[in-house]
Amino acid sequence: MPEQIPNDSVGLVIPKVHHFDQPLTLRSGRVLPSYDLVYETYGELNADHSNAVLICHALSGDHHAAGYHSMEDKKPGWWDSAIGPGKAIDTNRFFVVALNNLGGCAGSSGPTSINPETGKPWGPDFPIVAVRDWVNAQARLADVLEIDQWAAVVGGSLGGMQVLRWSIQFPERLRHAVVIASAPKLSAQNIAFNEVARQAIAKDPEFHDGHYLEHGTIPKTGLMQARMLGHLTYLSDDAMKQKFGRELKEGKLNYSFAPEFQVESYLHYQGEKFSTRFDANTYMLMTKALDYFDPAADYDNDLVQCLSQAQCDFLVVSFTTDWRFSPERSQEIVDALMHADKNVSYACIESDNGHDAFLLPIPRYLDIFSAYMERVAADIPTAGGQS
Amino acid sequence: MRDDHALIQRGVKPGSQVLDLGCGQGALLQYLQQHKNVRGYGLEINPDNITACIRNGVNVIEQDLDNGLRNFEDNSIDTVIMTQALQAVERPDLLLDEMLRIGNEAIVTFPNFGYWRTRFYLMFKGRMPMSETLPYNWYDTPNIHMCTFRDFEILCREKNIKILKKTVVDGEHKQHWTIRLWPAMLGEIAVYHITRK
Repeated sequence: MPEQIPNDSVGLVIPKVHHFDQPLTLRSGRVLPSYDLVYETYGELNADHSNAVLICHALSGDHHAAGYHSMEDKKPGWWDSAIGPGKAIDTNRFFVVALNNLGGCAGSSGPTSINPETGKPWGPDFPIVAVRDWVNAQARLADVLEIDQWAAVVGGSLGGMQVLRWSIQFPERLRHAVVIASAPKLSAQNIAFNEVARQAIAKDPEFHDGHYLEHGTIPKTGLMQARMLGHLTYLSDDAMKQKFGRELKEGKLNYSFAPEFQVESYLHYQGEKFSTRFDANTYMLMTKALDYFDPAADYDNDLVQCLSQAQCDFLVVSFTTDWRFSPERSQEIVDALMHADKNVSYACIESDNGHDAFLLPIPRYLDIFSAYMERVAADIPTAGGQS
Repeated sequence: MRDDHALIQRGVKPGSQVLDLGCGQGALLQYLQQHKNVRGYGLEINPDNITACIRNGVNVIEQDLDNGLRNFEDNSIDTVIMTQALQAVERPDLLLDEMLRIGNEAIVTFPNFGYWRTRFYLMFKGRMPMSETLPYNWYDTPNIHMCTFRDFEILCREKNIKILKKTVVDGEHKQHWTIRLWPAMLGEIAVYHITRK
């Protein structure tokens, strides 16, 4: 619990829900007749509606990006290090919108919500969504909020993929794109990790082909294994070495199969925590969206041609020890953007923290992020003319 | 405008595409963008410089010149510029090849190790020369491949590189009639505008 809300926090926030009745045709061809999106906003929208920044969340993220829901909250939103007054995404300047994507389990329509046609939870029948479907839904939310053009669309990891999608799908609707620790598409290794995670969930006897809610069960073991695997890939060897080394829980070897090393109990704890808060079908669905993402596929697999559609300026950031989305993957994006003659800046941040670094307050990272967002702020058109 | 930038910008065509190797805080690119409608990217490795470039509205890419420029296609840039960095890279000869593979033309500036003061410093003190343009000890200098104007021109000849224009100036990037008399001895910095033969 924050005894006192810090000065650089957006403070107490209340999520909002918008119900959409206009059917959404998905990438898969299926149609979602109606749906809810839950979102939070921080800062004030200016008179021209030109200072809005969209935050796209990653795999297990949601709409709660900054601030606290109550004074009893143990932790602020997932990107509180970057969003707030005076922070990189300065809420004194920007109106920030963060939402839970379709298929999520934090309030937006997804496997845990009720299918209006059956009156029962969607479960595994919730349509598989693609990154472009999220972007379409986000664009509709922008319409509701009367935001014609985002000052910037920002995201890390799977969030960065949504940013790339925005830049080619609605090129006229954003002025800047910030793509952090992301990739133009997954590698075979990435897809393999996702499949192992999905299999762990699907093979859990409590999964019941995804109909666990009807059976009154939760595939806790499978989810836990999936998260433990995921967690491993988000950290780096160095980060784990520093954090745990080969430290033992009880100071001695017990020659048993119970967790003996600190790193084991840490993974157990993380997996356990996740398995109680996250929906298994949502995890399956979000990892599928990751696997499918490949915007260049629509352009003869030519990423340059694909990104030529974009009209915005770009900042691309990667981290040295991120092996899930390595700096080379970010460089592919940067090279393609340069070949496409786009305005792009790129920085590779020294960090020991692996993929997780994009959520951490690393000084050089936040400096660059802030410097770029200052540019974004300077580009905000004001009433009656240019800035 | 900085005097060295004044000299360099003369060789850059309005509206052209520029790559600035070791672009520092992006001042040259910023000038070229604002006054010559030039589009371009700067490559840089110093973290503070990269942040400054971003703040200055310049496209900056974090990239180590010593790892090559393989991510750039042949003839993809009009002019490749490198200001005061030739002497600091591992293989200046290979980098020159790369610059003229990617760019139709290149502009290179570097300090003259044949400047009279450097020659006298070594001759009379018997120590590696230090000056305002070369303010480092031999052991901590980033400048690992010092050369004279003549050395550079011999390299160009061997590589079939054509020197379009050579401007020799003093440490403040000012031209002076005395320098024109004996550039190899009296010039401190040279700006070479080069292309392939």
